[in-house]
Amino acid sequence: MRWYFRFPLRLRSLFQRDRAELDLAEELQFHLQNQIDLYIAVGMSPQEARHAAFRSLGGVEQVKEQCRDARKVNLIENFLQDVRFGLRMLRRNLGFTVLAILCLTLGIGANAAVFSWIEGILFRPYPLVSHQERLTAIAGTSRDEPGGTPLSWPDYLHLQRSCTLCETTFVSKITGTTLSIGDRAERTVGSIVSANYFDAIGVHPILGRGFLPGEDLGQSAHPVAVISYPLWQGRFKGNPEIIGKTQRLNGVLHTIVGVAPKEFFGTFVGWGMNFWVPASMEDIFEAGGYKLEDRGARWVEAYARLKPGVTLAEAQQEFAAISQRLAAQYPSTNRGRAIRLWPLWQTPFDGAHTLLPTLEIMLPVVVFVLLIACANVGNLLLVRSFARGHEITVRLAIGAGPARLWRQFLTEGLVLSLFGAAGGVLAAYWCRHLLVLLFPARAGVQVHLPGELDWRVLALSAAVCLLTTILVGVVPAMQTGRIDLASALKMDSAGVVGGRRRAWLRSSLVLVQVSLSFTLIVGAGLLLQSLLRIRTASPGFTTLRVQYTAVDLISAGYDTIRAETFREALLDRVRALPGVQSAAFARMIPLSYGSFSYSPIAVDAYTPPPDESPTVEYNEVGPGYFLTIGIPLVAGREFTRADDEKAAPVAVINATMAQRYWHGRDPIGDRVQVKGRWLTIVGVAKDSKYSSVREQPQPFFYVPIRQNPIRSGALHIRTDLAPEQMATAIAREVHALDASLAPYEVITLQEQLDRSTSPQMVAVILVAVLGGLALLLAAIGLYGVMSYAVSQSTRELGLRMALGAGPLNLLRLVLSRGLTLTGAGVLLGTAFALFLTRLLGNLLYEVSPRDPLAFGTAFAVMALVSLAACLLPAWRATRTDPMRALRAE
Amino acid sequence: MHGWGIAQRIRQISKEVLQVNQGALYPALHRLEQQGWIRAKWGDSENNRRAKFYSLTPDGAKYLRHEQAQWKRLSLAIDLVLETP
Repeated sequence: MRWYFRFPLRLRSLFQRDRAELDLAEELQFHLQNQIDLYIAVGMSPQEARHAAFRSLGGVEQVKEQCRDARKVNLIENFLQDVRFGLRMLRRNLGFTVLAILCLTLGIGANAAVFSWIEGILFRPYPLVSHQERLTAIAGTSRDEPGGTPLSWPDYLHLQRSCTLCETTFVSKITGTTLSIGDRAERTVGSIVSANYFDAIGVHPILGRGFLPGEDLGQSAHPVAVISYPLWQGRFKGNPEIIGKTQRLNGVLHTIVGVAPKEFFGTFVGWGMNFWVPASMEDIFEAGGYKLEDRGARWVEAYARLKPGVTLAEAQQEFAAISQRLAAQYPSTNRGRAIRLWPLWQTPFDGAHTLLPTLEIMLPVVVFVLLIACANVGNLLLVRSFARGHEITVRLAIGAGPARLWRQFLTEGLVLSLFGAAGGVLAAYWCRHLLVLLFPARAGVQVHLPGELDWRVLALSAAVCLLTTILVGVVPAMQTGRIDLASALKMDSAGVVGGRRRAWLRSSLVLVQVSLSFTLIVGAGLLLQSLLRIRTASPGFTTLRVQYTAVDLISAGYDTIRAETFREALLDRVRALPGVQSAAFARMIPLSYGSFSYSPIAVDAYTPPPDESPTVEYNEVGPGYFLTIGIPLVAGREFTRADDEKAAPVAVINATMAQRYWHGRDPIGDRVQVKGRWLTIVGVAKDSKYSSVREQPQPFFYVPIRQNPIRSGALHIRTDLAPEQMATAIAREVHALDASLAPYEVITLQEQLDRSTSPQMVAVILVAVLGGLALLLAAIGLYGVMSYAVSQSTRELGLRMALGAGPLNLLRLVLSRGLTLTGAGVLLGTAFALFLTRLLGNLLYEVSPRDPLAFGTAFAVMALVSLAACLLPAWRATRTDPMRALRAE
Repeated sequence: MHGWGIAQRIRQISKEVLQVNQGALYPALHRLEQQGWIRAKWGDSENNRRAKFYSLTPDGAKYLRHEQAQWKRLSLAIDLVLETP
């Protein structure tokens, strides 16, 4: 029963505070009145009676305060009081308030944005798909490939039937086709899916339907497709009669049966899917023919949604048992192979794991920015608290405990942080899809990287906000401990510029800011150098004067013979174009997203050790390739038209391969066995970069296209003309050969190289932008501190001037103080940087983490910035009028 | 009874030995009210002024009996200690 009385009482005390105050006043009044009457009754005069009555009660206000304390609502009341007071103070110093809130918005917003991006990529990467928290990826493993391989269709069907812990499974394998748009072809990304795909993920087409059960079985039996909203709007102009229309995909007419919802992009992180076809159409889109009944043909990328409450470990066990049964039942295809599950964010066949390293850098960088923003705001609050020194001492004098003052400052910090957090979360919300800006689009492929502001992000942001509050509120509060009441009340402020004791807190904040900014700038410098090195390092082939393009013959239904005829004809025409110095085909361009062919090799003179089975990658190239692309030959010759299907099989190897397997002997004339055929080596090419600019030298060889037929290849052109001019010319020639075909975009190999190094560029931009921001904040902080210091020490400055110091002396005084501060900050920052840049590790290319150029540049930048920041206050110092300064105190 | 009355009563009953510090009386009353052992009601006093009248709650009565028993035990113990030579 007790709480029953207590609660309404406390509530009443809280909400009817005025009423309760009046009651209290009246109660005490009643007491005093009675006491006065009593004293008058014993003979005192009314005057004496009043005095005696008041004396007997003690201090009325004290009693009231004690009564209020007894009601124990003071905590909340005081808090509200603090909040109101804080708001009033903030409103009065609007400039400072706006600046502080902006800083905090920046810091908290940046953090919230990065959290939301990470959240989006890791946890809810697929917009509109239901229950992603229970989704897992299914992939196969074997002894040689523990990282995950695709499954085979029969294995997948078996899984689907036997898995009891899965609510549902579905297949989504990325594929692509070429759609012609006028003069250009564009690669369009889509998915081969199981028939239950749309139902399994809970996404329903806005027009038409998904796939019917059974539409994923049979060979090319169901040429139907669901298209994406952007494709419907773009290519088909939002035609409401789209259902039932046909579209040729990879040479086969597909009927469009559905349009996906607007915000749905499929289930592949980083790329937006434009069409979905059922698995029965697999052989149209995948190389290698009909695979739905081949248990050994592995192409399926699948997902499973676990039943609620099932853990990953439990499901793994079930999958392990299923794999074992499969291995026992079908030893020829499944021996040594297992099927296991991956959490969604570790999907082995996805874009997520390529994004994670960049996101991982972003996190510490935004934390830095937050710390710098907090330091800035803390400094601003500190500076303002000096102005409130009088108010604080009065409070202390009338009885506020230091705890009370701490609460006041923390509450003000909280108010600021809440505003900053609100602004920051809003900004993060607007920016939540901006992650995609950092990853430059590849031609024609729509990239979609959704950010997600869910409870986890908001909770983290709230935690960040709290941290900010403490960091920012604590700073002015720490000053309360050391206020000497008597002298403070006398407003005796010492010369702050020369004085050291009270300035340490302010200075240490600026120190923190300067050191953090310095570290960021060093980081940016290192990354920039690394990027420049990568982009200017020679990859072993000509980059600026070689362009490439391709024509998708596979989608158009060409077989290898027809493709070869087409290529020959196109080559003749292109070589005849003005400005073209040479041209050649090759199956793969260097530094692309695709993968080279590879084969185990055997060399006469080389016996590999027992645990090594040498496997080397190779490229199928046409005659004149090396001349066109600019890879010099160090021995022998390159392929000619004479190396065709009737001549002896030949190969050109690279220098590393020659070194590794021939140990410096001349390999020309020797043989190498590739895929069962013995090839004669006719030339040795200089090493170049094949898959990535950062790779180590590796063995590689080339074979003639005519002896290793391909369907689609890339046309390399050596020319001085601009890519745009080549594009129109080539499109014309391609049309002339086959009116239904169009080439892909024409770009230089340098552009290709730049695109392949985009993660590095992203990192540079990020760190540079945030570093610049941090520098700006630090400069503002430094300026504010110096400015205030100068204004507080006008008396000292006036004194010095009166004693004969010239303006130059004063300038030097102020500047030296400011630059000492910066110097200390740079020293600290150097220590940080030396320690932290080691972590940049694999993003740095041929740049040492301790590169002196980066450190030197950062040092110069800091020096300049701090000079600029200190200059204005220093100049103001020299304008002190000594008479006024001395009189003012 | 109202606060002033309580103070007078205590003085009377204790035969002028206990003179309650009036400044401490009201915070104590408010604390007791906060804890739910007494309950307050506004009314008119004997001399027609508005006053706050306090009365014991059932919980308060129980607590009072408890405290009385404690006090009896304590004072008995002290007596025993003092009387033993």
